[in-house]
Amino acid sequence: MAKNMTVYLKIWRQPGPDQPGRMVDYTLQDVSPDMSFLEMLDVLNTQLIARGDEPVEFDSDCREGICGSCGMVINGIAHGPLKGVATCQLHMRSFDDGATIVIEPWRARSFPVIKDLVVDRSAFDRIIISGGYVTVKTGQAPDAHAIPVPRPDQEKAMDAAACIGCGACVAACPNASAALFTAAKISHLAYLPQGRVEARERALAMVRQMDAEGFGNCSNHGECEAVCPKEISISTIAKMRREYLKAVVLNPE
Amino acid sequence: MKLDSKVPGGPIQEKWDRHRFEMKLVNPANKRKYKILVVGTGLAGASAAATLGGLGYDVHAFFIHDSPRRAHSIAAQGGINAAKNYPNDGDSIWRLFYDTIKGGDYRAREANVYRLAQVANNIIDQCVAQGVPFAREYGGYLDNRSFGGAQVSRTFYARGQTGQQLLLGAYSAMMQQVNAGNVKLYPRREMLDLVIKNGQARGIICRNLVSGEIESHAGHAVALCTGGYGNLYYLSTNAMNSNATAAWRCYKRGAAFANPCFTQIHPTCIPVSGDHQSKLTLMSESLRNDGRVWVPKRADDKRPPNQIPEEDRDYYLERRYPSFGNLVPRDVASRAAKAVCDEGRGVGEAGLSVYLDFRDAIARLGRKAIADKYGNLFDMYLRITDENPYEVPMRIYPAVHYTMGGLWVDYNLMSTIPGLYVLGEANFSDHGANRLGASALMQGLADGYFILPYTIGDYLAGSTFPTATVEDDEFKATRQEVLDQTERMIRNRGNKDPRTFHRELGAIMWDYVGMARNAQGLREAITKIRALREEYWQNLKVPGRPDSFNKYLEYAGRIGDYMELGELVAMDALQREESCGGHFREEYQTEEGEALRNDERFAFAAAWEYKGPNQKPELHREDLTFESVELKQRSYK
Repeated sequence: MAKNMTVYLKIWRQPGPDQPGRMVDYTLQDVSPDMSFLEMLDVLNTQLIARGDEPVEFDSDCREGICGSCGMVINGIAHGPLKGVATCQLHMRSFDDGATIVIEPWRARSFPVIKDLVVDRSAFDRIIISGGYVTVKTGQAPDAHAIPVPRPDQEKAMDAAACIGCGACVAACPNASAALFTAAKISHLAYLPQGRVEARERALAMVRQMDAEGFGNCSNHGECEAVCPKEISISTIAKMRREYLKAVVLNPE
Repeated sequence: MKLDSKVPGGPIQEKWDRHRFEMKLVNPANKRKYKILVVGTGLAGASAAATLGGLGYDVHAFFIHDSPRRAHSIAAQGGINAAKNYPNDGDSIWRLFYDTIKGGDYRAREANVYRLAQVANNIIDQCVAQGVPFAREYGGYLDNRSFGGAQVSRTFYARGQTGQQLLLGAYSAMMQQVNAGNVKLYPRREMLDLVIKNGQARGIICRNLVSGEIESHAGHAVALCTGGYGNLYYLSTNAMNSNATAAWRCYKRGAAFANPCFTQIHPTCIPVSGDHQSKLTLMSESLRNDGRVWVPKRADDKRPPNQIPEEDRDYYLERRYPSFGNLVPRDVASRAAKAVCDEGRGVGEAGLSVYLDFRDAIARLGRKAIADKYGNLFDMYLRITDENPYEVPMRIYPAVHYTMGGLWVDYNLMSTIPGLYVLGEANFSDHGANRLGASALMQGLADGYFILPYTIGDYLAGSTFPTATVEDDEFKATRQEVLDQTERMIRNRGNKDPRTFHRELGAIMWDYVGMARNAQGLREAITKIRALREEYWQNLKVPGRPDSFNKYLEYAGRIGDYMELGELVAMDALQREESCGGHFREEYQTEEGEALRNDERFAFAAAWEYKGPNQKPELHREDLTFESVELKQRSYK
């Protein structure tokens, strides 16, 4: 069994949305390499509470990389050094004994900080509200086998639908663009026959809402794809552009 | 309190159709005048909100997360059952019904389970129409796989992320209704109490988790879709924020709590690695389609697994249950794992795990086929344990996963409080003493898409509603109680943080009210829980302020409720002097160590009524009658 380690943490502390924040140093000893990164923060919080300090606030729920609640910029990388995982799936064995670890919230104008590492990602929900669905009321559906879907299309749809809505793509993008998030949903539905009916309205509405939320434009840096815990491909952004262009050029309102 | 299940008359196949005809309807133009408060936005809550919104009701949806898409349904891996019989392997509504009743060890209400099997096919249709990318075959048609407790392949799946895709389907349907103006969202709100006026559930009190403000909301009915209480055990596969607070507060307002001792311990989870551990991770039951479970034959065999030859391995599930083999139901598989570990044949450092081995499947199907089916699960396992399951067998051990118990509901999903409906895992209804794999997703969506939207109309159309506003005395008094409790937690200047208390409570629950229970242990558990609860209210330390974002304050309130709920679970386990499904009393077992039911004395749902602080709750019995299936010793041999 690997021996326990000491880590030097620099964590962004911010009491509220309108108050200034700052980096605060903490030393944590006796950290097991088998601990998850968030369990390490749990241990830190237990120590902070014991000595009468306020614990570090962060969002976390499923702790198995599927709910999309957690997200921190760790040493400058959204979700940390391990590729294809959310923060909760990172273990301390990814760090060296004696490492300095800098922990910051997602930073984007459209994701205001609520407290410490917790940000407001409701802009994502508003993008979905604008059109990220197939309009079908309960009871209207035909038999599930009425519409066969070619398997390659279903696979591509599933690849895009795997998005967990964590926001790492925005945090990593130099323009704080939400293109990958928006494109993942547009692509998921555009690949399926069920989604084609409203494809035009969907692309227009979601892109419009994405812009209205103040997210930046995509200029093909590819940082989003690099940090995405579900490894959503940047090719979905190309798909979104095609869908958007089709909507504007081939089918003007 | 009188329990009336309100099961309609007639043959079981006709009950739901007949009931749908007999129920009153709300005129389309009047629906928008009814305000329905939906609490929780997992599969049950999101599907209910979407459907009720689509019908034209004024729906208000409350949830603890920042987005409704994060509810814990998202983490369900394996699949969802339905009786489509697409594989042509002998499935039918009747068989799904029968398997579910039998899988629940004959402790569920027959009529509810039949209805569940009836509407299951509609769920698949609905989800496909929403764009849920279920796995398909090359012809473009849907693929199915097998799950425990069934000999047909009826499980639909989307890789190992079925819960995610179904939830995103329900979430998107709800969001469409938000856009249409029929559903209003209340993110980061935790329901802390139920408001009753004139005997009807008329509103909720919740904490705004960002500002700390205690808010009141009034409506005509409340639909509680807040999930189960598995986190009572501290270590479970539940998400960190999954909790029983909303359901428990409703219990304390008069909603009966049924079968709390029916908890599900899932056989295939990644074993505990150390004290720091905050939760356990499930490895989907679907792995048992291709993985073989074994331990060494001899307790002193400490060789690495790949060096143990075939003749020295004990594939104990295949040996004990030849017809179901590795696909026995969860309760059976969990107990069998515990039994071999108790014999000293468990593997891993602490001897508390068994092997789940893919060697034969990889040899038969190839590594790529296995990666296609289970790749994401294998990756997850590798990341957590640092061991590669393509090369060495996985090590698994049972962990708390699901709770079949919950608030008692009648056939209409209404609790013992008029106007309070309970859906999904939060109610006790359809799984009896043991839930089969891929049935939770089915039940959550059945309740939300296809059952509540009918039954709530009958209540709304058939009741009178005196004006209720948040300025009423009932609202003010309930809100004040919530404020007082919050104040009490914050002002307590103790020495122990909520997590430490949670861990201690969980240890008591796991040791005495876990996979195997006995009368003496349960009595001991009750004494210990009471002592811990007393200490909790004297020595609790909550950091921060009440009027701001404060996760440890949220956490403390939930642990306070678990301190009470834990005792009720133990009391229920004590009164049920039989073994059934996930509830295994050591005193009641067959010679072969299988669960021994006592149908004469215990063929009932135990519904507990709250009688006040530190008072013994009163037990009510809903007798379960079986007209369509014959009660049998459950056998998977």
